[in-house]
Amino acid sequence: MAESIVRRTPGPRWRGKPTTTWPIHVILIGASVFMVVPFVWQILTLFKTTAEVTRVPPTILPGDLSLHSFETFFSTVPFWSMFAVSTGSLALRVVGQIVVAALAGYAFARIPFRGRNVLFGLFIVMLMVPSQLFLIGQYELVRDLGLLDTLPALAIPGLFSAFGTFLMRQAFLTMPKDYEEAARLDGANTFQVFWYVMLPMARPMLAALAVLTGLYSWNDLLWPLIVSPSGENRPLPVGLAGLQGQFGTDYPTLMAGAFVCSIPLVVVFLVLQRQFFAGIASSGLKG
Amino acid sequence: MTNVATKFVRRPTGRRTGASTPSGWWALAFIAPATIGLVVLYLWPFLSTLIKSFQDVPAFGPATFVGIENYTTLIGDGDFWKAFGNSALYTAIILLGIPLAIALAALIEQVGRGRSIYRVLFFLPVVTLPVAIGMVWRFIYNGDFGLLNYVLSWFGVDGQFWVADPRFTIFAFGVVGIWMGLGINLIILGAGLQAIPKALYEASALDGAGRVRQFFHITVPLLSPSIFFVTILNVIAALQMFDLIFIMLRGVNNTALADSKTIVYLFYEKAFVQFHQGYGAAIAIVLLIVIMIATALQFRLQRSWVFYG
Repeated sequence: MAESIVRRTPGPRWRGKPTTTWPIHVILIGASVFMVVPFVWQILTLFKTTAEVTRVPPTILPGDLSLHSFETFFSTVPFWSMFAVSTGSLALRVVGQIVVAALAGYAFARIPFRGRNVLFGLFIVMLMVPSQLFLIGQYELVRDLGLLDTLPALAIPGLFSAFGTFLMRQAFLTMPKDYEEAARLDGANTFQVFWYVMLPMARPMLAALAVLTGLYSWNDLLWPLIVSPSGENRPLPVGLAGLQGQFGTDYPTLMAGAFVCSIPLVVVFLVLQRQFFAGIASSGLKG
Repeated sequence: MTNVATKFVRRPTGRRTGASTPSGWWALAFIAPATIGLVVLYLWPFLSTLIKSFQDVPAFGPATFVGIENYTTLIGDGDFWKAFGNSALYTAIILLGIPLAIALAALIEQVGRGRSIYRVLFFLPVVTLPVAIGMVWRFIYNGDFGLLNYVLSWFGVDGQFWVADPRFTIFAFGVVGIWMGLGINLIILGAGLQAIPKALYEASALDGAGRVRQFFHITVPLLSPSIFFVTILNVIAALQMFDLIFIMLRGVNNTALADSKTIVYLFYEKAFVQFHQGYGAAIAIVLLIVIMIATALQFRLQRSWVFYG
């Protein structure tokens, strides 16, 4: 084992000879198969006919690549309208979170004012309360504003979060004060310092916040379910859930729907992998 | 949280008073949107839930104060205790995923080439709609022509109705829950692993420690703060499980629903399907208390196993 020090390669971390990683790969590939099988099964199924799907024992590969499932899905479900609703709600939430949380986070980190600690304490307390505790009140707010079944209703509770404010405060706290002081000496006011100096430096954390907000907004089922009673202006999760009520055992159509509705975010993830991982890792700051 | 405290203490700039100074006005402008959001979207709804939990709130008409009646009804409600048990069981199963995540994170950390491919594969369920995940797994679990029963038949194991049979439902959900959460756990644990000084492994290798010993005597203790954090997150998320039940049972009128509700599902049903908002509010308050107790318990237990170097 002593030679491991001498023969250390830059890639793998704490082991001896580089050639010995294959058992690890065997285990990891095995685990990856478990991760991927549901997706593969979904894709194989959507090419099958209903008769093939209900056969016992199941046929693994589709007989002839039937695209019937896609046709049924697109002809019964307003996919593009659902997609637009999901995307619109996500955009409003991300923009709202970034603007509101960056401003407040900066004030909590850098502008002294009376009552700051008490107010921040209140944010921390709300951070620890599970979201279900707010649902009844948020629902009444949206209902009393006459916004049920609208896009704003979907976005409103996500325009702001105590978590985002906390995250941005942490980001601004870690930044050196020198730049700020230099800008002030040059005559910049508080907003200019924030906008031209601090905000650009906070970009990685803003990206992390955007990813976390977007992921939550895109996947959330409970809130859209509550505020879309009539089924108009449904986002993807609610529409997809409705599809299942309608086509309970038409598995090819269900799998086609699940596939089509999931693809947009998966593509975004594959493009922005680094931001996704950084976003999730930064949520670790919460502790 | 200790560093939060020190940040409060060291504040060299002069403390200004009130909103009359320029700094005060700036603070107000910066803080106003978030404060309005906090009050309107969180603080007031929270208080409203708390108040409603002591009221009888009919779907239409004014609410009446009923004291602790909602809570006493809750304690005597068999459905609530069943939901509580289901949530606890589901959470316990989810916790079994954490050792799995630790082992996989450590393995992924050891490979050079392919590390990012593994990360992406394990992360896919995180970026897939939970509704879509529920639909796919419902099909896999199908008792008549599901993939799981087919695979089990290769080994001579009898098939089951994994979702429709209430004996298995929560366990079936637990497997899906572990599968869904693995990606997030791996990223957080991976960040923790990278913070462990390599010199420790080199020194212990010189002393003749093998990989397994290194894992148990270096990796696990030094990773314990991350493990603790992941545990807290997983317990909180598991206690709030809702999506899978809605998709795999309620959406398709599965009869197993009656025996497989979780606390949050019961809350949804009472508050937003049957519109007994007072009773729903009481369930939400109990959920808060359960989560607070579970979290406090973990903070107490951490003293005996979490190692802060």
